[in-house]
Amino acid sequence: MPERTMIEIASVTRSYGAFKALDDASLSIREGEFFSLLGPSGCGKTTLLRMIAGFDTPTSGSIAIDGQPMNGIPANRRPINMVFQSYAIFPHLNVEQNVGYGLKRLRLETGEEKRRVDEALAMVSLSGLGKRGATELSGGQRQRVALARALVMRPKVLLLDEPLSALDKKLREQMQVELRRLQQAVGITFILVTHDQYEALAMSDRIAVMFGGRIAQIAAPKEIYQRPVNRQVADFLGGMNFVQAEIVGEDAGQILVDTRALGRVRTDKPKLFRKNGGSATLGIRPERLRVLWDEATAKFEVAGKVVDRRYFGEITHLIVEIPGLEKPLSVTETNDFGADDIPIGAPIRLAYDPDALVAMGE
Amino acid sequence: MTAMRKLLANWLPAYAFLYIAFLYLPVLLLPVFSVNASPIPKFPLTGVTLDWYAGLPRTPALLDAAWNSLVVGIAASLLSTLLGICAARAITRYRFPGRRAVSGLIMAPLVLPEIIVAISLLLVLLQLGLSLSLFTVVLGHVLICIPYSMTVLTSGFEGFDRSLEEASADLGESAFGTFRRVTLPMVAPAIVSSLLVSFTISLDEFVMAFFLTGTDPTLPVYIWGQLRFAAKLPGVLALGTLLLAASFLLLTLAEMLRRRAERRANPQGGVLA
Repeated sequence: MPERTMIEIASVTRSYGAFKALDDASLSIREGEFFSLLGPSGCGKTTLLRMIAGFDTPTSGSIAIDGQPMNGIPANRRPINMVFQSYAIFPHLNVEQNVGYGLKRLRLETGEEKRRVDEALAMVSLSGLGKRGATELSGGQRQRVALARALVMRPKVLLLDEPLSALDKKLREQMQVELRRLQQAVGITFILVTHDQYEALAMSDRIAVMFGGRIAQIAAPKEIYQRPVNRQVADFLGGMNFVQAEIVGEDAGQILVDTRALGRVRTDKPKLFRKNGGSATLGIRPERLRVLWDEATAKFEVAGKVVDRRYFGEITHLIVEIPGLEKPLSVTETNDFGADDIPIGAPIRLAYDPDALVAMGE
Repeated sequence: MTAMRKLLANWLPAYAFLYIAFLYLPVLLLPVFSVNASPIPKFPLTGVTLDWYAGLPRTPALLDAAWNSLVVGIAASLLSTLLGICAARAITRYRFPGRRAVSGLIMAPLVLPEIIVAISLLLVLLQLGLSLSLFTVVLGHVLICIPYSMTVLTSGFEGFDRSLEEASADLGESAFGTFRRVTLPMVAPAIVSSLLVSFTISLDEFVMAFFLTGTDPTLPVYIWGQLRFAAKLPGVLALGTLLLAASFLLLTLAEMLRRRAERRANPQGGVLA
């Protein structure tokens, strides 16, 4: 991937009176990247997207697209297009007219406009539906029209505002695959706003996780999931067991901690690591703990007792009490060996990889 | 409880029937007497004739009044719709201090005693040194048409998805282009509906026209003048029937358009796959 910056956001703040919807956000997005802004509602992700699109103006800071500063440039003169959450399909126009809406202004040669519209419709598998009225479309089709309408303009950046949230689960998963494939085919920079962590993890090259108007972490999906910088990010991306540990050694990049029940662990210092007294919080994902059956042993294991069990079809969640740990550990185990049949109260041994224990910053 | 319910079930339809009969029977008598051969509106009818209708176009004063009404109606409906568009757009689209108060004040002429408003307006206009003419009638009519325009237009504008205009801008269209290609086509039915409603109101309006007109009467004022002459009554009945039919037609059309505008602004169905 060429390492050219497509979007540069420099200390952008958006205030409404005393309330800061976005607080000093800085990030740069590379050309051809699939970038997601992930966070709960009200975290500022949509505000940031709307400022990139030109529908909102930063209170301070600057936004540049492909090296061009965007201050004072209105939405209709920015080299970007957007897929709206409501899709915003023009109800008085048919599919073809919707897709060709932006081309009308370009005054293309005869036939060229039609060719580009057809090409865009083919790209989103809507060939042959050009004459269909906008109000006669299903949710999935409306979304495809919105995509085609934006892509036909050949923007430098495509913005997607929660594009899949109105679709049902099955269609949503199918569209995730299609969106990702489409992005790789056209090579355009995509910026996706979503509150669905699975969506962000499945589609993105990189993710910015946001809370309360601030960017908490920017990293690749695997990094975000496995090495979240703090408890908030860890929790938002999925289940996480938190373990208190005593710091027994420290050098420039790493700390050595004693978790008692899970032994001594050496781990990377997270960004924004702050020692509170002599203790640190470590986290381990539930699927990184594995049930040890019968005589099986592991280099790192811990014994406990099952106190609760929840069945989810392909997996089972076990809650395991470990002597010496304040909170019981949550474990997800696939059901191929019978985790769904472990009786509550049964003794159990868990294997873990100390590398999966990561220190949390605050 | 069941006895009460039984009583209601028996009497409610009868009550509804009486109520509607009381409302509309007198109105229905108008066309009936307008084709009566005898000039006296009394049963039994003496025969059927269209003479009274035939006589209408031969009355120059009536034709003048009809022309005046047409001019006033068109001017008042255009003006009140134009102002209504601005007001309805501001009220449905923006939140500003005093929004409720402003919308209340615009709607107020609906409930104010019309005769008081007419007299006040007359006093103000005379103080300003304006001479009474069809123009002053238009001013009065705009005042009472605006609440109706506002109601029709607000229901057309409300629920207008703002992201449609943003999508248009996003696709490169200017503010004016967006208005022409997206906003206008979507609210056009509501605008036409507002024009029709205000035209109808202006056409039927009497009190304002009576106080504010100079020497040119509008149709209702002309009718009022004719009522003093018993011989002219059948002609007035015929004219009234025509006015009634025109109003009914225009209002039906307006309501159909208003519903269409509402559907456009909030398209139902097909939202989920």
